[in-house]
Amino acid sequence: MVTLKLAYKNIIGAGLRTWLNVVVLSFSFVLIIWTQGLYKGMNQQASRAMKEMELGGGQFWHPEYDPYDPLTLEDSHGPIPEELQVLIDKGEAVPILITSATIYPDGRFQTVQLKGILPEQSILGLPTGSLRNGQELPVLIGTRMAKSANLDIGDYFTIRWRDARGVFDAIDGKVVNIFRTTVGAVDRGQIWVPIDRLREMLGMPGEGTIVVIGKDTVVPEKAGDWVFRNLDYLLREIAEVIRTKKVGASIMYALLLSMALLAIFDTQVLSLFRRRKEMGTLMALGMTRGMLIRIFTLEGAFHGILAVLVGAVYGVPLLIWFEKNGWPLPDYADDFGMALGNTLYPIYGAWLVIGTTLLILLAVTIVSFLPTRRIAKLKPTDALRGKIS
Amino acid sequence: MDKAAIITVENVYKSFPMGTGEFTALKEVNLTFGEGEFTGIVGPSGSGKTTLLNIIGSLDVPTKGKAIVMGRNINDLTQKEAADLRNRYLGFIFQTYNLLPVYNVYENVELPLLLLGMPSKERDTAIRQALDWVGLSDKIESRPAQLSGGECQRVAIARAMVKKPKIVLADEPTANLDAKNSHHILRTMEALNRELGTTFIFATHDEKVIRYLRRKVSLEDGKVVADQSMKTQ
Repeated sequence: MVTLKLAYKNIIGAGLRTWLNVVVLSFSFVLIIWTQGLYKGMNQQASRAMKEMELGGGQFWHPEYDPYDPLTLEDSHGPIPEELQVLIDKGEAVPILITSATIYPDGRFQTVQLKGILPEQSILGLPTGSLRNGQELPVLIGTRMAKSANLDIGDYFTIRWRDARGVFDAIDGKVVNIFRTTVGAVDRGQIWVPIDRLREMLGMPGEGTIVVIGKDTVVPEKAGDWVFRNLDYLLREIAEVIRTKKVGASIMYALLLSMALLAIFDTQVLSLFRRRKEMGTLMALGMTRGMLIRIFTLEGAFHGILAVLVGAVYGVPLLIWFEKNGWPLPDYADDFGMALGNTLYPIYGAWLVIGTTLLILLAVTIVSFLPTRRIAKLKPTDALRGKIS
Repeated sequence: MDKAAIITVENVYKSFPMGTGEFTALKEVNLTFGEGEFTGIVGPSGSGKTTLLNIIGSLDVPTKGKAIVMGRNINDLTQKEAADLRNRYLGFIFQTYNLLPVYNVYENVELPLLLLGMPSKERDTAIRQALDWVGLSDKIESRPAQLSGGECQRVAIARAMVKKPKIVLADEPTANLDAKNSHHILRTMEALNRELGTTFIFATHDEKVIRYLRRKVSLEDGKVVADQSMKTQ
């Protein structure tokens, strides 16, 4: 208790030197939480959007389906297994049939993925209801696709594909709706049509390439030879992107934290040098070396505690403001490969704040303790003369 | 000698390494100090006064011989036991006052009591009494930087006396003070010695101090060359 009291008095008494260290440390403290919160928000925002628009609660894939190899699309279709058809009939899953196609908007040609989906589905957030009507082939596209193909609602364009027998065929499709989404994977290079029409066009009645399961649907243990891909698997790329970005950010805040810790280390070393007489006096008054080490270590640790308090004063309102208003992203953020949208909303969990606080306090305490080990060898007579033994 | 012996120094030698050889600061020192003494260890610079004071104060240990303070052999004490001895029985006054700059007068005087673990109410009473002895009751909020040299040394005396130690060791306490302040300090210490029966041992070569002593131990090249009772003013 005495050491605590003395350490507190010393650190407050040191005035500007203390506050400079505290402010620098509090910057790194707030910045670490802020960036970590951004990445957490990025992860959750992207995952949520992808689940809503593309992944649902997981997907069953035709055994031949490989999203990274468009050449497999020709073979990756088949009758939907009975276990999945039951779920589809109950509205707890939605089948998607995928094939390659070429479109000819304004006389140009563009390779796309032609996707058939049930217009009545409610598993994914795509506005597929607009595919219900019309004699013509209704087509649903996203804003990115519309922009790249220069298409608008009501526009007609030719779609050419190869059916199950390998015969090329073509039809004019009409853009019935254009949707806006942060998930580029359901938009860029994709055109959506009713699945029944696509099955007809391809000569693949009752077939599909993938079946998306609803998020609360109980996943069947088996569905023929179709393979279940859970969300961990489907979101692994996002997790990898976040991890990579986090490493970059970690280097930045490790540097920042190192600078703050170096300032504290420097202060401690300087303190030991400047306050040798004080240490000698305290020893003459009856203080043990152990108590001196505790005082100096606590003085350093108080920097961390004060930094947390100072950081809280300006950091809490700042972080709350960011959490509410988000971080506006530039237009090219769409090219980051993640479903982020125009604004990124950071998420600051209790563990993020507690964990970062503990990490900083621990680092500061260790850095403060290291130089004080010299006190263990300090002779009172040397200290009183202003010497370090 | 006054009353019972509380410090006994027997055949003490103290050497320090110096270059490739060593320097002997104390040689064959034999002394006894009783309760309530007002004694000076006198000698020129380098005669070993401070070294002897450090050994008596358990801040250092003899190279040879033994020093027994309050019944404890300094040579046998661990670092913690030595700190405990200083904490309970010894007060120190230094030439440069050695006050802690970030503490005010009250807090500086409070330090030894905090280390003793005295409850706050008793502590407050003792601090105010000690500051009263040295005439600084009106300066309790001042920081050392706001005080004169004489006032700083009076704070140092209050800090040494606040726990009513058995022994006060004062190393050149007047060296940085003018004559007026020196006499004020010495009269204060003399009064405390008479009032509380505290043993005062000075290391000094200041004639002003010597005039107040009741016993003078003269050191020369680390050896006791004279030990005499004095007639005080």
